[in-house]
Amino acid sequence: MLHGMKVRDLNAWYNDNHVLKNINLHLMGGKITALIGPSGCGKSTFIRCLNRMHEVIRGGRVRGEVWLEGENIYGRRVDAVMIRRRIGMVFQKPNPFPTMSILENAVSGVCLHESLNTNGLAERAEEALRQAALWEEVKYRLDDPAVSLSGGQQQRLCIARALAVKPEVLLMDEPCSALDPASTLRIEELMAELKKTYTVIIVTHNMQQAARVADHTAFVYQGEVVEDGPTSEIFTAPKDPRTEGYITGRFG
Amino acid sequence: MAILEIVRIRRGKFRRPGWFAFLARCFGLLIAGLMVLIIWEVGRAAWLSIHTFGFSFFTSSRWDPVHDVFGALPFIYGTLASSLLALIIAVPLSLGIAIFLSEMAPPWLKDPVSFIVEILAAIPSVVYGLWGIFVLAPWLRDGVEDWLGNALGFLPFFQGPRSGIGLLTAGIILAIMILPTITAISREVLVAVPQSQREAMLALGGTRWETIVRVVLPYGRVGIFGAVMLGLGRAVGETMAVTMVIGNQPKISLSLFSPAYTMPSVIVNEFSEAVTQLHLSALMEIGLILFAITLLLNIVALLLVRRIGTVPVQGGRM
Repeated sequence: MLHGMKVRDLNAWYNDNHVLKNINLHLMGGKITALIGPSGCGKSTFIRCLNRMHEVIRGGRVRGEVWLEGENIYGRRVDAVMIRRRIGMVFQKPNPFPTMSILENAVSGVCLHESLNTNGLAERAEEALRQAALWEEVKYRLDDPAVSLSGGQQQRLCIARALAVKPEVLLMDEPCSALDPASTLRIEELMAELKKTYTVIIVTHNMQQAARVADHTAFVYQGEVVEDGPTSEIFTAPKDPRTEGYITGRFG
Repeated sequence: MAILEIVRIRRGKFRRPGWFAFLARCFGLLIAGLMVLIIWEVGRAAWLSIHTFGFSFFTSSRWDPVHDVFGALPFIYGTLASSLLALIIAVPLSLGIAIFLSEMAPPWLKDPVSFIVEILAAIPSVVYGLWGIFVLAPWLRDGVEDWLGNALGFLPFFQGPRSGIGLLTAGIILAIMILPTITAISREVLVAVPQSQREAMLALGGTRWETIVRVVLPYGRVGIFGAVMLGLGRAVGETMAVTMVIGNQPKISLSLFSPAYTMPSVIVNEFSEAVTQLHLSALMEIGLILFAITLLLNIVALLLVRRIGTVPVQGGRM
């Protein structure tokens, strides 16, 4: 059974701006959970709180608990660096390291944590690139610079880079928003594959995408989780009028 | 017909103030013209020396105005050695300050520190020289050089008499003088590294230090290299402060404690008392070499920057 995450009374601020208010949510292991909501509702802040990336920004502050396998990642003695190793993240815009080759990008995280020899690294890179469905496209050009790839390939390389570290959870912050429809489709197919091995949490502003890929969906509005449940229920029988308003396109 | 007429008038309207374009072009060409003129004039004045000594001007260490025999090797050596020493001292320091300012310093500390570093560039070079003679040189002579000589005396760089006047002092003064240049440009380069790059490494479980070393510095390497080259250019051409502390003796010694002489220093020291044509011409040739070295430095820098600067714009193709 894959580990899920439990969020308890989570609050987050940007300076004096209270962006997340008392969030309680259970993110199920081995499933894809989508966070949907209008722009500025706090869904990106929320996902960044799940691997302690929110506090990286100046003025970012968090209070509350997030549990991963019986450990509160905001616990007193917890090292944020180790948490981020266990909870990988893919960002909105593809951000491969431009000074590194495709291969070096794929193992850039692994190098930080494990001392593998060249063979070990190459194996890990291949494994991750296969998982990210990129291997076939790049196997003969691993030494090319990462930025020679197309945007969609770059994003899959970023996914591979995160997977190579062997995290338990994969966070994806609007991973397709900078991509064309074909690349989006590839990444959506990839997600279905990934949930067999990872707990996946995805932020999306695209409701169709949530409906297509997610097992569970949470609707975030004005810094609160208004409603969450199985995706089919959220989209067919929302309980809260605000959820209904959003998914029927009345606002957002 | 009417439309064509309007188009014609409009075009004319936008084209007519050609005076401005013409003037701008003239000023642009003026710069190039001036440059050519300088090379031409200095070259002409140096011709006698070039003709007399040929290539031996570069290889001879004999600088003898009494017998009208001139060789520039000690000055070339002094210039390169003092500038290199300055780089060795200044680059790590500048990079450290730049990294501190862009990656670590709390906001309230950034401006004061940048300000102090930039103020260093505003100090007149002759003041650096004075400080070098009266503060730095005695301090080096009585403390640092003894210590270096005792600890590292087995290396040829730290042998010989310790006077406090020489390459080491010049190198340190130069390092302080080029520090603001390298720091300011490197800092701007580092600040320009996209936040998404740092976040990528942090999200992989990198520490702040790993993020700086593996992502931020490589991303900015081209710009940092440019900063170092600019600093080197400044060090090579620096005249006053170096002249005051380097000892002005045309000899080549590996020891950092021994006096030396640089190209700008010999020009500034001797041009007013150069009585023979050949002496003056030899000084002109040194000026020409100095110019050539800085030019070469810049060309090499550009080529290198172009070679390692193969980072295309991100996400260009989708």
